[in-house]
Amino acid sequence: MIASEYILEIAYLIATALFVLSLKWLSSPVTARRGVWAGEAGMLLAIVGTLLHGGIVSYRWIAIGLVLGTMIGVPLGKVAMTAVPQRTALSHAFGALCVTLVGTSEFYLRAPNVPGFMMGVLSLEVILGALTFTGSLMAAGKLQEVLPQRPITYKGQNFVNLGLLAIAIGIGATLVKHPDKMYLFPFMIGIPLVFGVMMIIPIGGADMPTVISLLNSYAGLSAAAMGFVLQSKLLIIAGALDGASGFILSVNMSKAMNRSFTNVLFGAFGQEQVTAKGAKEARPVRSASPEEAAGILTAASKVVIVPGYGMAVAQAQHKVRELYDALTKRGVDVKFGIHPVAGRMPGHMNVLLAEADIPYDKLLEMDEINGDFPQTDVALIIGANDVTNPAAREDTSSPIYGMPILDVDKAHTVMVIKRGMGAGFAGIENPLYYMDKTLMLFGDAKNFVGSIVREISGGHN
Amino acid sequence: MKLDLITGLYVFMLAAFIGFEVIRRVSPLLHTPLMSLTNALDAIAVVGAIILVGEGKSRLATILGTIAIVAATSNIVGGFMITDRMLKMFKASGPRKP
Repeated sequence: MIASEYILEIAYLIATALFVLSLKWLSSPVTARRGVWAGEAGMLLAIVGTLLHGGIVSYRWIAIGLVLGTMIGVPLGKVAMTAVPQRTALSHAFGALCVTLVGTSEFYLRAPNVPGFMMGVLSLEVILGALTFTGSLMAAGKLQEVLPQRPITYKGQNFVNLGLLAIAIGIGATLVKHPDKMYLFPFMIGIPLVFGVMMIIPIGGADMPTVISLLNSYAGLSAAAMGFVLQSKLLIIAGALDGASGFILSVNMSKAMNRSFTNVLFGAFGQEQVTAKGAKEARPVRSASPEEAAGILTAASKVVIVPGYGMAVAQAQHKVRELYDALTKRGVDVKFGIHPVAGRMPGHMNVLLAEADIPYDKLLEMDEINGDFPQTDVALIIGANDVTNPAAREDTSSPIYGMPILDVDKAHTVMVIKRGMGAGFAGIENPLYYMDKTLMLFGDAKNFVGSIVREISGGHN
Repeated sequence: MKLDLITGLYVFMLAAFIGFEVIRRVSPLLHTPLMSLTNALDAIAVVGAIILVGEGKSRLATILGTIAIVAATSNIVGGFMITDRMLKMFKASGPRKP
């Protein structure tokens, strides 16, 4: 090995260390930004090292690629916080595209003399890459609402999907044995491309956090497979870290949605969303005006706000922050209870609230806040529904039975800001609304919270 | 540098374990930045594409490789930018400007 190769390997080694540190520093908001810098430094080191590497004969197309990529990357780094889920899905698609294209080139450069193991990881790389590419594009389209969000299901869907995947794997296996059958290779890319689309078709909006996490994991694994093909330890490690991260998030999300783990791996998707539109007798609910709500909130000493995606849709987070400020100023203890699936991707709600300047130490996850509800005077629910449904705890016949929920019904008073009495994402009735301690605040979240704030600050001090 | 299969599998396994242990400790508060950051780090695949294009072994490799560089670079630039933007917003309570 010549000296310059050693130098490159050392650069990769340092980059690897920086990547691990980057993720480690992300464990706390205090050190998290340092994590980004570590990641950037590692990336820069690896790229510059590679560019100086001896094997490169022409820089022209590399330069064009880097410049074009930067021009696309900058606007993608500036999207609104509500659009982060679709941006993330899009970046999974780009990552997978890169992996698939490099894998394809490697195959045609090496074929027909590809050793069995090499062909195996190459097949894994392009199959995972291709299905992640179209799957992520579909997910981004659904999140951006350019594609219909409702799940599209048909009879035998799982059979068709698994059949497609099996054929692609079968082709991969054939190529491992007979790498000279080069005409098979395009099919090994084409079929997973179709599979990626088919995989996302049956998935509804509520399942998106799980799906994005799963695609994240696939993108990482395909990059790790690419690392094996290129014999790059750095790439294997980066792919493994990304794969592990996506895997952990998928498991978190599946737990939060009460889906089994195999369900997540092999299409939790397409689970029938039960639309329980059964006997709907008009039960009485209590409603209240902004003045009454303001009175109850200012009289409270402990308030927990439970935001859902409806709050972000109504663009109410800044009004919620004003409410937080007004109540805190009066000495009320205000915290936020965040369900893991609040928002459209893992952790999304925290970002939306942080953007509205709400301190992160007031944002508590479900397990941290649930013990507090019995001592809470008012639980204020804004734009959340199913994650507060006590039926998940008590009613074994409910479709969401067993899903972990925020125990808002244990608070002394429950207030729910809602447009009307319509059911939530999953179309399930929420018995919470009919409890004696519950006050329904009917109206648009942004306007209603705004009115409460005016009442509180307009009133005598 | 040559990397044999078994060494590669060891590297993968150890990295996966480290990944699990490190990422398990990431607060759920930061799961969205986590995903955008790992996504940017994953785009290290760009080094593979750079070598592919730089060696210029075939026209196909140059074309596909250049597209791959574009895709990966946009993830690096966009991923780090948005992660930093999100993390900047997370502030602890305490003295705040009015």
